[in-house]
Amino acid sequence: MSARRRRRRGARRTAALALYAWCGLVLLFLLLPLVVVFPISFSDSAYLQFPPPRYSLRWYHEFLADPNWTDAAWRSVKVACVAAVVATVLGTLLAFSLVRGDYPGKGLIEQFAMAPIALPSIVYSVGAYKLFSAFQLVGSWQGIAVAHAVHALPLVVLVVGSSLRTIDVATEMAAQGLGASWFTAVRRITLPQIRPALVSAAFIAFISSFDELVIAMFLGGVNVTLPKKMFDSILFEIDPTIAAVSVLQIALVVVVMLIVGRFGAGLRPAS
Amino acid sequence: MTARAGRTRGSRAARLRLLHAALAAPAALLLAALFAYPLLDLLRLSLEHGSLAHYEAVFSGGLYVRVLWNTARIAVIVTVACAVLGYPLAHFLATAPRGWALFGLLCVVLPFWTSLLVRTYAWMVLLGNNGVVNKLLLAAGIVAEPLPLMHNELGVVVGMVHVLLPYFVFPVYAVMLRVDRDLMAAAEGLGAPLWQVVRRIYLPLTLPGVVAGGTLVFILALGFFITPALLGGGKVMMIALLIDQQVAQMLNWGLASALCMVLVAAILVFHAALKRIARSRAA
Repeated sequence: MSARRRRRRGARRTAALALYAWCGLVLLFLLLPLVVVFPISFSDSAYLQFPPPRYSLRWYHEFLADPNWTDAAWRSVKVACVAAVVATVLGTLLAFSLVRGDYPGKGLIEQFAMAPIALPSIVYSVGAYKLFSAFQLVGSWQGIAVAHAVHALPLVVLVVGSSLRTIDVATEMAAQGLGASWFTAVRRITLPQIRPALVSAAFIAFISSFDELVIAMFLGGVNVTLPKKMFDSILFEIDPTIAAVSVLQIALVVVVMLIVGRFGAGLRPAS
Repeated sequence: MTARAGRTRGSRAARLRLLHAALAAPAALLLAALFAYPLLDLLRLSLEHGSLAHYEAVFSGGLYVRVLWNTARIAVIVTVACAVLGYPLAHFLATAPRGWALFGLLCVVLPFWTSLLVRTYAWMVLLGNNGVVNKLLLAAGIVAEPLPLMHNELGVVVGMVHVLLPYFVFPVYAVMLRVDRDLMAAAEGLGAPLWQVVRRIYLPLTLPGVVAGGTLVFILALGFFITPALLGGGKVMMIALLIDQQVAQMLNWGLASALCMVLVAAILVFHAALKRIARSRAA
């Protein structure tokens, strides 16, 4: 009996060790690509050499001094800001309507609003390209921004909607019962309660636009965004500038995650 | 309550209902104009002149059928790989001590939010002929010449699994958090060996998460563009690449839109299947 129990405990320990070893390998697989761009971005060599022969900031200078790169980066920031604002405003209104509303066709609108998540961006891009070219909007950064807003809308509705469901509608009703208008009640009572979700939703929309390639590639024309410039540069002139850009992007994501973790909701439960 | 008070309250409720419905209007209009309309336009284009000629071209030409088949095969491989890598990892995240679980979650979330292009580029640095992996293998004397790790299907699969793994891990992790640990302890107390506990109790209880995550990964994998375009090096053809090629190089809008519709139809079918499975489990 005790021999059997001992044997079982041994088997458990072996299984736990195997699990930890396996998970260690999987985590290594997830992190390795992020780690490997750091040394290459500080390389002194014009070729992709690993480990780099000497270290320098050469490729960061290259990035900042090349208007092709900085223009693309600036364009991406503009596109992502506009897309984030449009998606957050319209998505919040829609989430409000879906959570609080009670009208025929609500379920249909909800499914309709979630559809852009499941649609591959290549399909959306081809369709949008056709429409945008009919209005000569291909090549304008505003066009990309609006298309990105459509793409980010479901994410905003998900984040804001789930937050709206957790707060008590009675507080909003009470304010109105005490004489506040609906607008005042929402502005003073409801919006402050869902502010973390609004911050998260805006940043999620920003990042989803900032990283998006396929739509921007179709709608951008000669006006390339940062992801498109990276794509071209990977295809045609693979030099460590792209590693420097990658490190800057990873840094941006970490900063955004810290901001969202501090002011937003979603990455960790709001306390 | 007077009749008048009842009426104003009633009209106020009606106004609020109208207001709530109106709040959906801006987003619904945007989606109708810039999402539904372009899709319907593609559907119309694919049925040009009311004929199915473009669909016949897709399914009769050996080349296009091969691309569809290739896409489905890669998506299956990627889904299975995500399950094999992700299931134990999700279990680790759900059961490890708090500090380790947080560290593990961070390791999943950080790549998830990192630009796809950054990650794809990094895999090219790792997997190239002069890449990190080959350098290490050569230095260790394990191989005599560089292994072909990218510009082939292997590279595409590795890159896609890296992108899609979090989409599998998150739903499985969420289900595992809710599993009652006492069930497993009870089974073990009654003498069931560990593998039986996993097979008979843990796996069935966490299956909904696996199905949800697996379907999500499979659907997303079907439409992948960036990873096969870069890590495939022009040698791995998937449906998204074919659509791009038909539009950008051949200007063959009819065929491209038919391919788009085939992709959308495949996604709708899998989505419906998932919903059905979820409903039959709930019932």
